[in-house]
Amino acid sequence: MSALLETLREYLAYPFVQKALVAGPLVALAAALLGVTLVLRRLSYIGDSLSHVAFGSMAVAGALGFADRLALSLPLTVLCAVALLHSGRGAAIRGDAALAMLSVGAMALGYLLMNVFPGSSNVAGDVCTTLFGSTSILTLSPSDVWLCGALSGAVAVFFGLFRHRIFEIVFEPDFARAAGTRVGAWETLLAVLSAVVIVLAMRLVGTLLITALLVFPAVGAMRAFRSFRAVLLCASLVGVLGALAGILVSILAGTPVGSTVVAADIAACLVLTLAGGLRK
Amino acid sequence: MQPPLIRAENLSIGHGTRVVARGIAFAVGPGDGVCVVGGNGAGKSTLLRTLLGLQPPLAGRIASDPSLRPGDIGYLPQSNPAHAGVPATAREVVLSGCQALRGLRPWFSRAERRLAEEALARFGAQELAGRPFRELSGGQRQRVRLARALCAGRRLLVLDEPVSGLDPGAAADLYRTLADLRREGRAVLSVTHDLPGGLADATHVLGLGPEPFFAPAAAWQRRARGVGLEGGAA
Repeated sequence: MSALLETLREYLAYPFVQKALVAGPLVALAAALLGVTLVLRRLSYIGDSLSHVAFGSMAVAGALGFADRLALSLPLTVLCAVALLHSGRGAAIRGDAALAMLSVGAMALGYLLMNVFPGSSNVAGDVCTTLFGSTSILTLSPSDVWLCGALSGAVAVFFGLFRHRIFEIVFEPDFARAAGTRVGAWETLLAVLSAVVIVLAMRLVGTLLITALLVFPAVGAMRAFRSFRAVLLCASLVGVLGALAGILVSILAGTPVGSTVVAADIAACLVLTLAGGLRK
Repeated sequence: MQPPLIRAENLSIGHGTRVVARGIAFAVGPGDGVCVVGGNGAGKSTLLRTLLGLQPPLAGRIASDPSLRPGDIGYLPQSNPAHAGVPATAREVVLSGCQALRGLRPWFSRAERRLAEEALARFGAQELAGRPFRELSGGQRQRVRLARALCAGRRLLVLDEPVSGLDPGAAADLYRTLADLRREGRAVLSVTHDLPGGLADATHVLGLGPEPFFAPAAAWQRRARGVGLEGGAA
């Protein structure tokens, strides 16, 4: 045990570990909050598709030689988020096929581009990193940390100030519209925030695992708690603690960061589900 | 006579290019209770949605009192199972009807919380306040949603099937409550399948069908007795 603590202390002295421990939980916090709205509006699959679009657009940016790939990937993903949200309304079946095509298309073309225009000699390693986020969280620059911090802060403040408005829209949009709330504008805002968080969360857990950060904290919180306020608080907490625990365990056990964080979220979700079941 | 809150003239409603009902004309003013009747597919819910601006009218005109703001209107949509899974207490649901009062303040004031409690009490649901909405029965949910509409609708209540899910006793209570609210000056526009129960409380009847009509409730009842009530007292 003391040997483990010693190892931990050693690692915590490294700046790259410190940065990961700050940025990871912050991104997970924003993802958990937005995840609650996505899950409640039954849009979890849109989060999944957006992460695939983010992967494809990263590859396009790499092929086009962008120095900062976020500069292309972020606007493209945001654009897709807004388009998906508006096309999805009232066209469930068409929307479903469109999502599947978009998801798989973005993945396939992204992988193709990464192979045709390799950014480095180790294409397989690059792809693996993008998909599973194996090491990218440990190579964060200070500006990445600031970006994650600013964004998560903005999302947390947004939810703090507008939680009642968000609830109204999630619960029954028609009622909200009739009462004068500009539901379309709010939905667009939520879509844009979700897209931004998804692109940033790629660094933490990779493309394939982002949906986990959105869904597990939200579902766990919904199983255990019965008020909207408690669900938001619990999901945030699960997001933050899951990311912290996952990163620390992955350092000590030498496991991949992204999947360890997701495993922690799954565990939390299971515990909360059990707790919710016992309360009934 | 006070000016109407909403007046419709020669209104056609429907979806896309498909007209569901045409030639609708009526007005609802403070204290009025307008009951919208008609068979399935006659366009009752569509009419409410059109009046509320949730879908565009296909022809004709809807004029509303310029002082009537969206924040004065409380809408009870048809009950929808999709929202039943949302984690929220009944109190949170009712409070969400106080958005227009809250404005930009990030929390609800004591007055708004009291308004929500009073609204629950008016529909006999005060003891449900702390209960999770998704664990309530259909009738209990309906009363909570009515309380939310009441918080939002300081001047006009637009109710789609308000008695759905309510047992006969609760339905009678609801009609009494709506009559009280009208005496306090609110206008009530409601769609109902509950005939004649829903009519007992109405001041006017708006019938949708091949020949739409709008008449004081007493005149409509004479007419219904004369020609036989279409799809009537079930």
